[in-house]
Amino acid sequence: MTATQVQVRVPASLRSYTGGRPVVDVDIAALGGAPTVGTLLDHLAAVHPDLERRVRDEQRRLRRHVNVFVGTENVRDLSEQGTPVVGGDEVAIIPAVSGGT
Amino acid sequence: MTESPVAASGSTLLMVGTRKGLFLARSEDRATWAIEGPAFAMNAVYAVAVDTRRETPRLLVGADSEHWGPSVFHSDDLGASWEETEGGALRFPAETGAALARAWQLQPAGADQPDVVYAGVEPAALFRSDDGGATFSLVEGLWDHPHRPRWQPGGGGLCLHTVVPHPTDADRVLVAVSAAGAYRTEDGGKSWQASNAGIQALHQPDPFPEFGQCVHKIARNPSRPDEMFLQNHGGVYRSRDGGEHWETIEDGLPATFGFPMVAHPHTPGTAYAFPLVADAHRMPPEDRLRVWRTTDGGDSWHGLDAGLPREPAYSTVLRDAMCADDEPTAGVYFGTRGGDVFGSADEGETWGSVARYLPDILSLRAARVP
Repeated sequence: MTATQVQVRVPASLRSYTGGRPVVDVDIAALGGAPTVGTLLDHLAAVHPDLERRVRDEQRRLRRHVNVFVGTENVRDLSEQGTPVVGGDEVAIIPAVSGGT
Repeated sequence: MTESPVAASGSTLLMVGTRKGLFLARSEDRATWAIEGPAFAMNAVYAVAVDTRRETPRLLVGADSEHWGPSVFHSDDLGASWEETEGGALRFPAETGAALARAWQLQPAGADQPDVVYAGVEPAALFRSDDGGATFSLVEGLWDHPHRPRWQPGGGGLCLHTVVPHPTDADRVLVAVSAAGAYRTEDGGKSWQASNAGIQALHQPDPFPEFGQCVHKIARNPSRPDEMFLQNHGGVYRSRDGGEHWETIEDGLPATFGFPMVAHPHTPGTAYAFPLVADAHRMPPEDRLRVWRTTDGGDSWHGLDAGLPREPAYSTVLRDAMCADDEPTAGVYFGTRGGDVFGSADEGETWGSVARYLPDILSLRAARVP
């Protein structure tokens, strides 16, 4: 990762949608003029649609039992998908502990 | 009795959808079963279907991940491999503002529409596929129904859980929504009308509203399609006019609450139910596993329990956890929330165990396959 990239960490259960890769590097320049978690997920919808739709529903809302962290902060505690991202950030997709059955 | 299908070579396949994945049971004689699975482990499988209209049978599955959402899969090699529908297939258009919570029903249409598959979903809506279940689109005529904003959810959510296509008239489909009741179309889904005349709503001030009944399941015999059987949230009914009117058929039943209703695959007038004591006591009457059958269109019912456990039983059979196969002498199957699956190879006369100790049984479908 470089300072011009955002590193998206993908949980093991979703790596079949990234060709097995645990990390997807995204150029910050690909996220528009005001990069956010939302524009990052929009970008993933274009390049890894089967990954993105497991994180968000078809109305682009975060699924209930999925958490997205920027660094160590859960975006639900920040500005949800409006949370800004900058080059060098790590964004982690992590299944919530609440989703068991 | 009408003409029965002729048994072909092959075996009987029983799809078993559970809260934690799909199991496939195969049997040559419907007495001993080989169980495979789970596929889609840790996904709740509320909807399964065996589409035998195709040259190669297609298995369809709705699988919900608590974390990653719902999706639909199909297999053209009897479960050896699964293909996910493109983009998850069942997706509400952006302008609806809705998002799929669960596929409750995957239902192949009549034989005259071999590529049509319906999906009933939560939030309550009907989708239609014209390519065998590979892609689906929202049936807007029902979504735009003026009643829909006033529909209220049942205990399982606001879901369209039952789709009953007419076997020979592609324009006629009946669906059931909890807790809005039955709706039917006679123009291929463009317009829909409430179809609840005679069905009592126990949880409303008006006992016979136009809609708002909590219909649990409807079944129809393909050889007498205007006759349908209905398990309500309190009440068992039949219609003999395609759903326009309903009348109670409770004489002989030990209770009127329950979830499933299964029509015999080729004998008109025969249907199967699994009563529970009451809404407030969802256990089998006398604490005994027992299927109830009518052979006279609902005028009378008789309990069937030969071969079923004699021990006290307290488990529920959910709305899609009972089914019949398509053999000349029909097999009947049911599964409990306790993870037991039982089957009968002689139309319910005698029963045996198909599988034990599975997760909660949510959905069963069976058919003869190559």
